Formats: sequence, C-alpha cells, structure tokens
Amino acid sequence: MSAHAEHAHEHAHGHDDGVSHSTFKGYMTGFVLAVILTAIPFWLVMTHAFDKSSTTAIVVLAFAAVQMVVHMIYFLHMNAKSEGGWNMLALIFTLVLVVITLAGSIWVMFHLNQNMMPGMMDMKNLP
Amino acid sequence: MSDSHARTMPGERKALRFHLTEEHHPENGTLLGFWLYLMSDCLIFACLFAVYGVLGRNYAGGPTGAEIFELPVVALNTSLLLLSSITYGFAVLEMQRDKLRPMLVWLGITGLLGAGFIFLELQEFAHLIAEGAGPQRSAFLSSFFTLVATHGLHVTFGIIWLITLMVQVGKKGLIPENKRRLMCLSMFWHFLDVVWIGVFSFVYLMGVLP
Repeated sequence: MSAHAEHAHEHAHGHDDGVSHSTFKGYMTGFVLAVILTAIPFWLVMTHAFDKSSTTAIVVLAFAAVQMVVHMIYFLHMNAKSEGGWNMLALIFTLVLVVITLAGSIWVMFHLNQNMMPGMMDMKNLP
Repeated sequence: MSDSHARTMPGERKALRFHLTEEHHPENGTLLGFWLYLMSDCLIFACLFAVYGVLGRNYAGGPTGAEIFELPVVALNTSLLLLSSITYGFAVLEMQRDKLRPMLVWLGITGLLGAGFIFLELQEFAHLIAEGAGPQRSAFLSSFFTLVATHGLHVTFGIIWLITLMVQVGKKGLIPENKRRLMCLSMFWHFLDVVWIGVFSFVYLMGVLP
C-alpha cells in the first residue's frame, strides 16, 4: 500500500461514526444563502419585475439551480471526497439521467404538440 | 485503492498480489447506500417533474396556475421547510457534541415545522378540491397534485421517521447506531428541501407567469 493511500485510510478511520465536518458556521452560511436565493425569485415573480415571462422563468430556474448547489454543499455536505468519491459519482450519474428525462420529455412532447395541429389532421393525408 | 498495488516501489521484490490482505469496505456503507436510495428517489421526482413540464399548461378549459396558486402561502410553506432544514442541522450539531436533551428539542422543532408545512399543503389541497380544481379537472391539475403530493407524502414519512427516532434516541441514547440513523434522516430531510426548491420554482413561480 502506498503512503498516500495509507494516509487516506487512516484519515477515514478518524471519524468513528461517519459523521464529520458539520459546523455551525457551515449551516448558517447555507441558510443565509438559501434565504437570499429563495427571496429573490419570489420577489421577482410577485412584483412582476420583468416584463417578459420567459426572462423571469429563466432567472427563476437559474436561482433554483444555484440554491440546489448551495443545499448540496452546506446541508448535504457533498464533496468529491466523501465515501471515496462514490457519492459524487452517483450524483453525477443521477444528474445526467435527470437532465435527459426532463429535457428529453419536454422537447419531444413540445414537438409532438407542434406537429399535431388540427390542420395537419386532414383526412386525405391518412392512408 | 486499486492502484496501490500497481505502484510497488522498484526496489521491492514482492510477488504480485491482486487481493487486499486487510478487510476493505467503506467506512459506513449505510450512508452511501442511503445516498443511492435518495438518488433513485430523485429519479422518481425527475419523472414527475417531466410529466408536469409536459402537461403543466394543458388546462382543459379549467383554472390556470395563475388563478389558483397563492404565492404568499407558498412562500410561508417554503420558509417553514427551509427553517426545518436548519433546525435539523442544529440537531446534528448537538448530536456531534453528544448533548441528548438539546438535540431532542431541535428534532422536536423540526418535526413541528414539518407538520406545519404538511398542514398548509393539505389546506391548499382541500381548498382546491372544494373549488372544483381537484386532480380530475385537467391534465395540469393531475400532474400538479401527483408531483406536490408525492413530495408531501415524503415529508409525512419523514416526520413519522423523525418521531420514531426521537423515541429510539430517548430510550437508547446517542449510541453509534442511532447516530447513523439520525444522519440518514438528515440526508433525507435536506434532500426533500432540495426537491421543494424545484417544486416552488418550477411549479408555483413559473406556474403563475402569464
């Protein structure tokens, strides 16, 4: 076993119950960030800050994405090292599936809707 | 870990070994396993979000999101869930210091905040159904109820789990097994808050946009 691996192993044994690095400061940082990142989109939508709905939608989604990352880091204590990286690997795999599911469904169904306009349902076009 | 055998020092004349002499297993397999469960749960929510994304604007002549969503109630709900996240965090901090009584108090507050969230959500559902905007009204409402109620059901089970753990910790104290269980519930609880970010952004905030 190399010296590096041995060190990592010892380090892992340092935490007897798998509970580590939760600090008051970390939770409070996460909480304050989460409050700000929640309040802004609510404010944007409730005061109709933007004229265009699509702008608001994109900004709201962006805030949601940032807040999810904040929760992951400060509340769920995600990092590339916990559980030997398997946590992160599972998360990345899940994110790939989530993006495919969401983007794929919405894209495909949107196009189906577009192509199912009543005008295209002409009887003479059917076999 | 697997590469450690390949990196044998050139001076060493050891026979190649392809197995580990010591037991090697993750420090705490339960937490990793629970994380994998959460990831699969995440896929359930992804499917429900996709359904809502596809059907969310099919009103069938019924009420639209802008007509039925009450953002102040949603904001209150969001704050309750966010507060319950931080109080669970405080419970974890007390757990790390092996302080049983304050930890139980924080867990109790977390449970009450969660119960408040469920109460407001059920009230909203009852109000919608009474108005004739139940899940059978339109595709939009079907997908809305399915997604939001699945999340609410998760929170409900989280509260039941929380109460169970409070009883267990009260009986057995902060033994390693109970600490492990508390960490699992911590992940579950924070994960539900992450899902709720998606719900209030994608369903409520985007739903009221014209």
